[in-house]
Amino acid sequence: MKIKNLKNLEGLKAKGLESLYPKRMKINVGLGTCGIATGAQAVFDSIVEEIEKQGIDAVVGKTGCLGFCQREPLVDVWQPGKSRIIYCQMDPEKARDLVTGLAQGKMRKEWALCRLEEEEFIIENTKKKYSIKEKDGKDIPLYGEIPFYKKQKKIALRNCGFMNPENIEEYIARGGYFTLARVLSSLKEEGVIEEIKNSGLRGRGGAGFPTGLKWKFCRDAPGDTKYIICNADEGDPGAYMDRSILEGDPHSVLEGMVIGAYAIGSHEGYIYVRNEYPLAAQSVERAIRQAEEYGLLGDNILNSGFNFRIRISQGAGAFVCGEETALLASIEGKIGEPRPRPPFPAERGLWDKPTNINNVKTWANVPAIIARGADWYSKMGTPKSKGTMVFSLVGKINNTGLVEVPMGIKLREMIYDIGEGIPQGKKLKAVQTGGPSGGCIPSELADLEVDYEKLTQAGSMMGSGGMVVMDEDTCMVNVAKYFLNFTKDESCGKCTPCREGIKRMLEILDDISKGKAKEADLELLETLAKVVKDASLCALGGTAPNPVLTTLRYFRNEYEAHIKDKKCPAHICPDLIRYSINKEKCTGCGLCLKECPQTAISGEKKKPHSIDKSKCIKCGVCFEVCKFDAVEID
Amino acid sequence: MVNKMKRKVDLEKVINKYKGEKGGVISVLQEVNREYGYLPEDALKLVARKLDVPLIQVYSIATFYTAFSLKPRGRHLINVCLGTACFVKGGNRILEKLERELDVKTGETTKDLKFSLETVHCIGCCSLAPVIRIDEDAYGRLKQDKVPEILKKHK
Repeated sequence: MKIKNLKNLEGLKAKGLESLYPKRMKINVGLGTCGIATGAQAVFDSIVEEIEKQGIDAVVGKTGCLGFCQREPLVDVWQPGKSRIIYCQMDPEKARDLVTGLAQGKMRKEWALCRLEEEEFIIENTKKKYSIKEKDGKDIPLYGEIPFYKKQKKIALRNCGFMNPENIEEYIARGGYFTLARVLSSLKEEGVIEEIKNSGLRGRGGAGFPTGLKWKFCRDAPGDTKYIICNADEGDPGAYMDRSILEGDPHSVLEGMVIGAYAIGSHEGYIYVRNEYPLAAQSVERAIRQAEEYGLLGDNILNSGFNFRIRISQGAGAFVCGEETALLASIEGKIGEPRPRPPFPAERGLWDKPTNINNVKTWANVPAIIARGADWYSKMGTPKSKGTMVFSLVGKINNTGLVEVPMGIKLREMIYDIGEGIPQGKKLKAVQTGGPSGGCIPSELADLEVDYEKLTQAGSMMGSGGMVVMDEDTCMVNVAKYFLNFTKDESCGKCTPCREGIKRMLEILDDISKGKAKEADLELLETLAKVVKDASLCALGGTAPNPVLTTLRYFRNEYEAHIKDKKCPAHICPDLIRYSINKEKCTGCGLCLKECPQTAISGEKKKPHSIDKSKCIKCGVCFEVCKFDAVEID
Repeated sequence: MVNKMKRKVDLEKVINKYKGEKGGVISVLQEVNREYGYLPEDALKLVARKLDVPLIQVYSIATFYTAFSLKPRGRHLINVCLGTACFVKGGNRILEKLERELDVKTGETTKDLKFSLETVHCIGCCSLAPVIRIDEDAYGRLKQDKVPEILKKHK
């Protein structure tokens, strides 16, 4: 059916609410890529099976990722008249037990992560309070009280994990497409742009260009055919929030794009999805079909006379395609080589027509900003970076997952409050932000308030929100080498400074990591870094030296230790370390001997073993498997 | 030979689907790559002829994007994630272990054509690092000694 007016939309909302909060038990399983990787599909299947077997009156639903990936698989149980409970780290067996218990009115508090008594509906600015009659479960902490969620403010992630991404009615029930209806019926194009401009929203893909201004440039560019593009080529390693939004809440992106298209005057759009995200592409494809069926995409959207279509273009594995001009080339069916700007895509973009490109998160924010107003949005954040940012908090951190917080949050809060610190009580060494274009911020700067400006001042950048925590066991020379290896592989090869310069820099780093470098090489490395930075055409080359420059700036002593002392302080670089077995700690269990691929380890059962250093290839497996910390590195 | 003929028919169907579509070359190659597991030389020539695109352009696309392979891949494709989170958590050690277990280098296929070993820059499962993906299945929080049993599942 086609939605023609608000009444139709209200009707679907009622249906969606019924589906979200049915009059019987509903069990939801988070089935994002991350959930599935931990076995969520098997959990889902076992719940369905058990419910059928026992003839329980309950529905089983699927949701996207609730962000707390560390604790997945997550299972969330809704029962009328009770608190909603989220169970974590489930497996098929536990899930069966849970279902059996629920059928008898019992909950499993020991598996509960948290509970909810209400939900925030961002678009409507309301709190959906459950009518809770039963007081059981009060000792389970509330969702808003557990450290991981306490400081979060979910706007771009407002629906992820709280609804079924395959059900458009559930999206509508949470206020979805009402903003679009209001825009098409009562807002002028310029008014929409003005609102986005005043909100202070900046591009969430990394560069942070003011979104409203970008829209205005494209709107003002001459030409009848204009394109809108969603950049979902999330290539920064360590960042996966775009994937999560596309999988868990694809309609928020579609709605944002239609609003943008209306404001700019475009009738055709593309979503460029990364090749490595098959599930996200499927999710968007399904959402587009649904939106077309309901008249929310296509001709005469919501009976307004406005037409807009969206197509999917799937990447084929090239990091550089996240750069907007390379992305355009890729959609045009060419190799993804960037071209000089100007002309900017706003003037000459896809097939030389004015084109506006925004990141997934930027689009997902649009409906919320229009619904709640620029004032509401701009009250959050710092003077120049407004609103919230989604980070993927990963690496050596206790709580990993997706975190949406107001701009200006301190790194320390991210790591110690939300992330609850470093595993095994290790010391924080650095936080890497901005992917291969960013840098490593040392632990001394833990009080840095995270926004676009502060990160740039520290030598890093916001990027698409990856935040990789590194502890004392991370070698910074090795990290710099890792990123240069990445950019070397991903350089499209068009400009010499990037293509050749990165390789030469990598050779120097390789020498350093092998203890073969001279002190003068550091200077050469810095000179080369400057050349690559200044002389490359696009942002890939222009930012590629950042990981080297920031590690040199903050961790120079580590470079020097490799060069002068021929030591790797973090015990990582294979050429500068040696494995040995501590005779006092070794129990002679023989596990390392069994795993050693080189038969370099020898010793009698129950007697201390030893490593033949001439045979050792330093694979580290003995260190990993030893249960007695007897394998030592020096 | 029969097989090859049958495939060629399918191939023409795939190409026709994208004929006339702006920028369709990449989409065609993606489907061909999915179908065969790689891009056979004949297929590249056919795509070029049918879509009226110079062969050099088709070839440059086929070699630019990492999703495409010009060599036949094994029955199972192992992708070792080397995103930042996986790297920090020892993803390269998992890769080295796989190289030793399968007796191939990264980018190669085992002699029995069972496994191809490749790396990928982040599959977005950073919270489960280190991660590998075999075909569609992702395995997270890996340690070297877990590798052999995972391989066994895909024999």
